[in-house]
Formats: sequence, structure tokens, C-alpha cells
Amino acid sequence: MDLSIFALLVQDGITNGAVYALLALALVLVFAVTRVIWIPSGEFVTYGTLTLAALQPVNNAPPAQPPGTIALVVGMAVVAGAMEFIACARHGEIPRIPVRLLKWTALPLVIAAAAWWLARIELPLWAQIVVALALVTTLGPLLYRIAYQPLAEASVLVLLIVSVAVHFALTGLGLLFFGAEGSRTPPFSSESFQLGAITVSLQSLLVVLTSIGLIAALALFFGRTLFGKALRATALNRVGARLVGVSPNLAGTATFTLAALLCAFSGVLIGPITTVYYDSGFLVSLKGFVGAIIGGLVSYPLAAAGAMLVGLLEAFASFWASGFKEVIVFTLIIPVLLWRSLTAHHHEEDDE
Amino acid sequence: MTRARRLPFGAIGVVAFIVVLAGVPLAAPQFWVTLGNYVGLYSIAALGLVLLTGVAGQTSFGQAAFVGIGAYTTAILTTHYQLSPWINLGIGLGLTLALALFLGFITLRMKGHYLPLATIAWGISLYFLFGNLEFLGGHTGITSIPALDLFGIELRNERYFYFLIWGIALVALWATDNLLDSRPGRAIRALKGRLEMAEAFGVDAARLKIIVFVYSALLACISGWLYAHLQRFVNPTPFGINQGIEYLFMAVVGGAGSVWGAVVGATLVTLLKQVLQDILPALLGKSGNFEIIVFGVLMVLLLQFAREGMWPWFARLLPVRRPPPVPDAEPMPVRSRAVAAETLLDVRAARKQFGGLVAVNDLSFSIRTGEIVGLIGPNGAGKTTMFNLISGALRLTSGDVVFRGDSIGGCRPYQIAQRGIGRTFQHVKLIPQMSVLDNVALGAYLRGSADVTRAAFRLDRAEEARTMAESARAISRVGLAAHIHDTAVSLPLGKQRIVEIARALASDPALLLLDEPAAGLRFLEKQELALLLRQLKAEGMTVLLVEHDMDFVMELTDRLVVMDFGEKLAEGLPAEIQRNPQVLEAYLGGVA
Repeated sequence: MDLSIFALLVQDGITNGAVYALLALALVLVFAVTRVIWIPSGEFVTYGTLTLAALQPVNNAPPAQPPGTIALVVGMAVVAGAMEFIACARHGEIPRIPVRLLKWTALPLVIAAAAWWLARIELPLWAQIVVALALVTTLGPLLYRIAYQPLAEASVLVLLIVSVAVHFALTGLGLLFFGAEGSRTPPFSSESFQLGAITVSLQSLLVVLTSIGLIAALALFFGRTLFGKALRATALNRVGARLVGVSPNLAGTATFTLAALLCAFSGVLIGPITTVYYDSGFLVSLKGFVGAIIGGLVSYPLAAAGAMLVGLLEAFASFWASGFKEVIVFTLIIPVLLWRSLTAHHHEEDDE
Repeated sequence: MTRARRLPFGAIGVVAFIVVLAGVPLAAPQFWVTLGNYVGLYSIAALGLVLLTGVAGQTSFGQAAFVGIGAYTTAILTTHYQLSPWINLGIGLGLTLALALFLGFITLRMKGHYLPLATIAWGISLYFLFGNLEFLGGHTGITSIPALDLFGIELRNERYFYFLIWGIALVALWATDNLLDSRPGRAIRALKGRLEMAEAFGVDAARLKIIVFVYSALLACISGWLYAHLQRFVNPTPFGINQGIEYLFMAVVGGAGSVWGAVVGATLVTLLKQVLQDILPALLGKSGNFEIIVFGVLMVLLLQFAREGMWPWFARLLPVRRPPPVPDAEPMPVRSRAVAAETLLDVRAARKQFGGLVAVNDLSFSIRTGEIVGLIGPNGAGKTTMFNLISGALRLTSGDVVFRGDSIGGCRPYQIAQRGIGRTFQHVKLIPQMSVLDNVALGAYLRGSADVTRAAFRLDRAEEARTMAESARAISRVGLAAHIHDTAVSLPLGKQRIVEIARALASDPALLLLDEPAAGLRFLEKQELALLLRQLKAEGMTVLLVEHDMDFVMELTDRLVVMDFGEKLAEGLPAEIQRNPQVLEAYLGGVA
């Protein structure tokens, strides 16, 4: 291996690692606030890519069919509205129904309608990205409301099984909406420049810079805004946060919105780099998890660093032993767990 | 779950089940025999998850990978090295044992979500290994695996193979059901959400979790071995992570609390998949594995509305079997009784700091055999922290606790239990759906020795009879004989507290630690409790009582230790304490 290949692999690794880092942050965030091990995060990544791909013009004309994500948003908005209606009726909170329906059904429907309309006209790439992000991000809170909120008090184990079930459903729906063929999205830029002897593609640089920008924005959100601090408080102590007026449902909804946005963004970022299939999400999310586990599912900086490590390891593994790329990446989890297990002070009690 | 609910099969039910089961290969068309074979194979693998997930509260997505280990081991060894399938079964089980031990060791000492995450990763790794290693046949797999030879009969015909699969499945069901109704079984049931309690009665929880994980992996390996010789062909697909997830679905659909849930779940999932694969592509006009959409949605609904799965629904149709009478067996050996007035427990300058907060500040006191000592103090005085330092739930920052001459300062709760300290919990920790008898029998855990193997094959019955008789005696001793077969959850709080005392008594303790036994009790319940404690004292039991109800301790105890702000405020006879101005000030804020 010469220096240029080495540099190329490092560049690849850092680019992928930056995307996994976003994912790892989303996973730590979701786990901390809601105790959900969010396996279907990977489907949000693929939905991000594939929705954007479905918005691309075919033969210089807008696509004949709007992305299936719109149908999913509509369907889930109807189900969420029905659940809110039933919940309000059952608790004798009839006057609240209009506001709830506005939030849970009307708002997503407006977003879906706007996306449907925009999908039929010619748009610049950045506007297509906004549409794709809006659609996939809307799925986040809807998913929380439908699948997780009714089980908010259940054990981590039950929530994990729900996550796996949701992963199954979303993967199957992905196949239904986007088909079995993989897609790539157009690059943000095909330029590259020389940095000494190394060629750096502007695309990679953009990916890394966007990730860093998002991570910085997150740090500001959690460090400086009241709402961010409220979410952190919920993560530390759910009952306590509830007592001082932070609603767990609102915290869950907000977390899933933010996490869905991060994942959809990851999808938009990897779209031009790799071909994404309807079932690519699972492996992507698990790589995010390997990163997050390095941070013990609690530490944001360690999770981001772990995700970088995963990206680099993957890049080098695909060079040396491409068939065993996944084996090598997932075997990394063994020494990490061993280390964590040996340094764990005592037996930890599970919640029930 | 009571014994009555766990074994609801009347004789008729069992006979009907076996007749239908045996009738399939004799009368049904080929399609149903094939389906029956798969349901049998899946039941064996799902059974492991019922135990691991439903009973022990852990979970694994690696079940399919262990099935793969069983299948590939025999596939390679029969085709490359012409070894007998029966030898390969042993080798596969050995390999599975080693792998499961390793995975269990690195994940099960930590929080519950590391095992599922690690098994996902390992399941995927193994799938890619199967697919990429040349000598494992790559993605095309391994063909022409020989048929099984059983007593000279070659099992080439699926109809014959059916009997082998279901024979093994029934043995596995029987053994696992036996296991649940035994000494290790009671401990396994306590692993789900009652870890602290289990450890306080001598269960080494981390070790037991690993054993359960290994047990479930071994069942998966057997299923894979059968699969390889039934199909006589293996490729990586059926051992991927999606199949691992489907095994978990089977366990959840069936009802992860009963061994029969495995059969119900395997049957329902297999049939549903068959139907969906037929109709969905036609309905949607596309080909693909769309059944996963329905599976996903159904699972979410099931977890939201029927977390116990479908088995309880079937069980309701079956006659309830009455619990058998408790056998009369000879008592279990008791530990040597301490000499009266010997110093039993000696707390020496015990200290506990949480960061900068000193919860217990160099506290010293001792208890002599036969005494009832009360540890009292206002809220936040550090009583419960002190209690946890003795029971091993918390670690001392400095100082020591000496019990019968041995330092127990650095011991884990189960080691402290081994030395003869029995305890109750401030927040009652019984296993809600288990009978009073079984709950109390868990207290006698350390007095028995039956392990998983002996329990599974019913070699533990003599010891079990003595355990039951001993537990029944403990229940009579506290006056709850009338409730012996009731579920713990059906009793009012006062009685549940007394069941906790019976459980502690079943451990044959030299010292009984009671953590706020009167908290939340009504007046009459308190009187009954006081009566029981007096009776225990008359029988020579030594008791440390942590309590903040002054009236309750005043009439009961021989001596009181009063704590305030982590320090010892006073020590003495109840009458002296009652007049002690410092104590009055701590309790009443100086009004007196």
C-alpha cells in the first residue's frame, strides 16, 4: 500500500465515520431520553437517501410517481390521529381533540401535500433535499406516537423488541415503496482539489463539514437552550423531569424528531457516496451502534469517536479483505464489550 | 404463574395433543408433514428463547446463528471427514457451549441490552463468515449431507424424520418444564426484575444468566443439527439475523412465560408466513418478502395489547390442574446454632460516602444472639444505607462488619446469605405470579444443591420434596398455611410482608434483617406482625429491625440504636431512649 491509497482509505474512513457519528449521536440521544434501542434508525437513513432519489428527474422531467414516503406519512398521520382521538375520548378530554388532531394529523398531512405538489415540479437539488428531509423527519414523531409512546413505561427489553419489529415493517415498506434496486443520488459537487500529494474530493469534505456543523448545532441546542436542557434532564432522571413539568411524551416526540432529522441527514450525505438499497439501513444503524457502544450508550464524544473508528476500520477492511468487511467491523464489538465488562464495577440491575 | 397455570394439561389434553401430533405423518399429505417438521425444528429453537426472554428477562438475536453452528458443524464433518452425525452432534454442542459461554461472559455481567446488541453483531458476523469462507461452501452452501442413521434405519423419508424431530422436541419441552419447577428454575424466574432479591438469597445471578443463555444456545444447536440432516443441504440464508429475529417473534407470539408458548408461537408464525407469502405478492402485484411488514406491525400490536402472548389464551381453554399436596419429607439440615449472648454481628466504624455526602459516619454497634435490636431514626438518618451495608447491597467506604467472627465487609450479597443472614425488603420483592410456596422455597435456595441438569431430568425430586416440606413449615410458622398455593400478587401488602419473612426463615438464618417491615401496614396488620416477631424471639431468633415507626419498635425490641444525620445519636433500652432528650429533639424538633 502506498501513501496515496492510504490517504484515500483514510479519507473514505473519515467520510463514512462522520456519517456514522451522526447516527451514533442520534442513537445515544434516543436511548438516553426514551430508553429505546433504536434499531430502525437505519431505515430512516435509507428512507432519506431513497426519498431523495425518488425525487430526481427522469429523462429531464419530474418523476412520474411521487416517493412512497408521502403515502407512509399520510397513513401514519391518520393512525396517530385516531390514537389521539381514542386516548382523549377515554380520558374525558374531548375539548383537546381539535388541537391534537391539528398537531398529529393535519400538520403531517400539510407536509405530505406540500411534498406531493413539489415532487411534480422541477426543483434544484437543495430544495429536493429539504423536501426529503421534511418527509422523513415527519416520520420520526409519528413513529414514536404510534409504536413507542403506548409502551413508554415498559422495560428496555420490550422496547427493543418493538424496535426490531418496527425495523422489519419499515424494511418491508421500503421494498414496497422504492423497489429492490439500489439508488444513488447526484453528488453535491464533483470537484476535487490537491492537498499536497493527496487528492481530496469536495464531496467528502462537504460530508465531514456538514457532520461537524450538525454536531456543533446539537451541542449548542443541548448546552444553551431551555428545551435542550429539559431533554437532558429527562435523560438523567425521567421521574424528576416529569415532576418539574417536562412532559415525557413531549420529550419523546422531540427526541424522535431530532433523531429522525439526523438520520435522514445521514442518508442524504451517504446517497452520493454509496449505492443504497431498501435493506441497507440495518447494517448502517448497527455500525452506528458499535460506535455508540464504545461510548457505553451514554457518552456523546466517545460515541462520535467510536463511530470514526468504525468508519476507518471499515475503509481499511474493505481494502484488505472486502468479503470480511462486516465480520471485521462487527467483531470490533467483542473487545469493546470485554473491556467494558471487565471494568464494570458491579452487577447492574435491569429495570423492569 | 402458579403451578396450576403452568401445567394446565389434563391427561385428555396431553393425549389429544400426542394423537394429533402422531397422526400427521401417518395420514396427512406431504405438505403438512413438511410444515410439521419445520414447526418442530422452530419450536426447539424458540423454546430456548422462551426460557431466556420470557422467564429470565434477557434476550438474544443470535439464536439462528447457534442453529447455524449446529447445522454447519455436522454438514462439514459428515461431508469432508465422513464422521458420524451422532459424533458431530456432540462436537456441535461443545462448540456452541464454548461460544455461548464466551459471549455470555462478556455481556451478561452488564445491563440487559448488551446481550441482544452483541448477539446481533455476532449473528451478522457469522452469516458473512458462512457466506465468504471457501471451505464452508460460500453462499451456495454444502450439498449431499448424508441422512441420519437411527438404530440401523436410514431416515431418508420426511415422515420418519418427523418422529425424531418431535421426539426430541417433546423431550426438550418436558425437560424445560421440569427445570422451571425446581430449585434453579425458581432462581431463573427471579432474574427478571428481582435480581437484588435473588442475590440476597444466594443466587449468583451473573452465573445463572450465563447458564440460561448456554441452555438456550444448546437447544438451538440441536435444532440446527436436525435441520442439516432433514434438508441434507445447508446455505447461510436460514441462519441470518432475520431468522434470529423471527425466533424471538415466535417466543413473544407464543407467550414467553410457558414452554408451550414455543410450540404455539412456532406454529402460528410458520403458518402465517406461509399464508402471507402466498397472498401478499399477488395482492401488491410485486414479488418480495412483504410478510415482514405484517410481522412487524403484528408484533407491535401484540406488545401493546397482549404482552403475555397467545399461550394464556389457549391455556384458558384447558382444565386447571389442582396443585399437588405438599409432600411430607424429613427436614433439611440446619446450621449450627450460635451460643446465646455471643456477639453475632459487630459493626465497626462503618462509613459510607456518596461523593461528598456522608450517609453513614463511622457507626459502631453490635447485636448479641437472641436479641431483637431496632435501628431507628428520622427520615434520611441513614438507616437504610446502614442496612444495605450489612446486607452487602452497598459497599463500605471504610470500617468493617463482622458476622460470627468473620469479616463480611467486602462480600457480595449472595456470599453474605451463605453465612446465614436472611433479609426482607422495604419494597416487597416477591415474584408476583408465583405461588407463596414457590416464593418461600426460593429462600431455601442455598440449602439445596440441585443444578440445571439434575432439575431438567427430574433427578432432584428427593431434595425438592424436602425443600417443599421445609418451605411449608416456614409458611405455617408465620401463620399463612391457608394461602400456601395462592399467587403472591393476590395477597394484601401485610400478608406479602409476612411471606417475605417466611422466605427469609426458609433460608435457616442465624440473623434476620427486617427493612421497615411495618411501612404501609394497617393497624391490625401491624399487630399481627408484632405478634409474629415476638413468637420468633421466643423461638430464639436474632433480629435487626430497621424502622421509623416508634411505637412499633418500642414494644418489640430489647435494645435500640438511634441514628441521625448518619451518626449514632443514642443506644440503649427502649425506655431510656424514650426519655432521651437528644432523641426527642431529633424526632420532634426540640418541642419537648
